[in-house]
Amino acid sequence: MTVTSPAGATPGLAARPPGPALPRLLPPGGRPGGLAGHLAALGPLPYRGGPGRLIADVAESGLTGRGGAAFPVARKLAAVAAGRRPVVVGNGAESEPLSGKDAALLRAAPHLVLDGLQLAAEAVGARRAILAVHPGGYAGGTLTGALAQRQAAGLDRVPVELAEATDGFLAGQETALVSALNGGLGRPAFTPPRVSDRGVGGHPTLVQNVETLCHLALIARYGAAWFRSVGTGTEPGSMLATVWQADGRAAVTEAALGTPLGQLLDLRGPVQAVLVGGYHGTWLPAGQAAGLALSNASLHPAGAAAGAGVLAALPAGRCGLAETARVARYLALASSGQCGPCLNGLPRIAAGLAELAGTRPRPTVIHDLERWSGLTSGRGACHHPDGTVRFVRSALVTFAAETAAHAAGRCSAPGAAPFLLVPAEQTPAPGGRR
Amino acid sequence: MSRVLRLNPVACAGHGACAELLPEVISLDEWGYPVLAPGPVPAGLARRARRAVAACPALALAMESAADSAYSEKTQSQHRADPSAGPARLGT
Repeated sequence: MTVTSPAGATPGLAARPPGPALPRLLPPGGRPGGLAGHLAALGPLPYRGGPGRLIADVAESGLTGRGGAAFPVARKLAAVAAGRRPVVVGNGAESEPLSGKDAALLRAAPHLVLDGLQLAAEAVGARRAILAVHPGGYAGGTLTGALAQRQAAGLDRVPVELAEATDGFLAGQETALVSALNGGLGRPAFTPPRVSDRGVGGHPTLVQNVETLCHLALIARYGAAWFRSVGTGTEPGSMLATVWQADGRAAVTEAALGTPLGQLLDLRGPVQAVLVGGYHGTWLPAGQAAGLALSNASLHPAGAAAGAGVLAALPAGRCGLAETARVARYLALASSGQCGPCLNGLPRIAAGLAELAGTRPRPTVIHDLERWSGLTSGRGACHHPDGTVRFVRSALVTFAAETAAHAAGRCSAPGAAPFLLVPAEQTPAPGGRR
Repeated sequence: MSRVLRLNPVACAGHGACAELLPEVISLDEWGYPVLAPGPVPAGLARRARRAVAACPALALAMESAADSAYSEKTQSQHRADPSAGPARLGT
C-alpha cells in the first residue's frame, strides 16, 4: 500500500511524507542514529509557535486515544488548553499484562514519543511535561539518553520529567496515574473532578498514551490527510496491536484500523477462541473473530472493542474456563478495594469461576455468577468492575460447551499448562487494601 | 428541575442509613452497599432524599440537578441501565 500525498501542501508541514504507509511508528529494525537519525528520517520537530494551533489539525485527523478508551484527542487537548497552567503527561504505564506496545515504542522510538510530548505541551500551553513509564521501565537508559541528546540539541522547549507509575493492573488508569504522580497511592479516583480540570498538582492535566503522542507527532509533520490515508472513514489511521498467536508467540505490530483480525492472528490452525482487548476485553469464538476487523465499528456489535490493541488466540487443547478463572483471580486481586461492590463482587466472581473450571461445580454457581456480575458492573469509581465482568460474561458465552462438559464432570484439557500471562501474585498489604 | 441522587462509591462504607430513610429509591445489595434506582428522584420524595443525603456518615451521597449529573459520566443509575454497554475506559 502506498500513501497519497495530501492535496495542497499545508504550511508548516514537512515537504515529503514518507512513502510506505505502514509501519509508521516502529520501522523494522528500529531507526538507527539516535536523535540525528530520527530527525533525518522524519524531518524536524514542527513546533507551531503557540498554544492551540495544532488542535485543528488533530481534530481533522480524527485521532483517538490509543490507550484503550478511544476518546477524541482534539477534544481533550481543547479542554486542557482552556485551563490555567496545564500539565502534560505521557502515559507509558502499560499495566495490561498482555500489552507490549508502549514498552516497544519507548525502547525503539523514544524520540517520536518525546516529540509528541513536546507538541502536545505546546498545543495546550503547558510548561510542565511528565513521561510516566512502567516500574523499572526506563527502557534500559534509552529514555534518559534520549532526553540528554535532546537537551544538548536544544530541541525541547518544555523540560521533561521521567516518572515511574505504580505497579498493578490499574496503574495506568488516568486518575490512578495522576494520584501516583501527586505522591498518592496510585489508586483510581472518583470523578469529577476529571484530571482535565484538576490533575497533577491540582492543575488541568492532559494524559495521553505514548502511542497517541507518536501519532500526534506524525500528524504535526505530515498532516491530517496523510494520517487518514489508512484506516476507515470513521476510525482513521493505524494502531499498534500486541498479538499473541496460538503457538505462544507474541509480537507488536502496526495495523490500519479496519484490518481483518484474520490478517493479524493466524486463525487457520487449531484456535478455539480469541480474546479481543486484553483482560478487560471480550472472548469471541474463533469462527466469529475471523469475520471481524480491528475497528470498533466491527467489534462493538459483537460486544468487543479494539481497546489498546491486545489480541490473543487461545489454542485448542486448553480449557477456556480455567484460563478465565486464573485471570479473574488476578483481576480480583488487582482491585484497589476502594468501592464496596468491586471489593466484594470480584473475589466471589473469581471463586465462582474457579469452581466452574473444576469438576462437578454446584449447579447454582452459574446463577450466582450472573447475580454477582449484575451487582458489580457499573458500580465502581473506575471501570475495573465493568471490564472484569465483561471479560467473565463473554467467557461464559464463548465457552458454554466447556461449561456443560464441566457440569458433567469432564474438562476438555485437564492439567493443561496455563496459556494466558498472569503476573506473579502480589501479597495483599496488611489490612487487605492496597 | 428534576433531581438525581449520586453516590461516590469510594467514600461509601456501606453504613446503610440511606436505604433506611429512602427505601423507595435505595436498596442494599447482599454486601450492604446501596443500589440506586435509575432516573430522577420522584418529586414527592425530594424531602426524604435530602434527609438521606444528610444522614450519610461518609458524605458519599449527593443530590444534584439532572443536568449536572449528565455531565458526570459516573452516575450509578446510568451505568446500571445497561451493564454490558460500551468498552472499558482504562488508560487514555
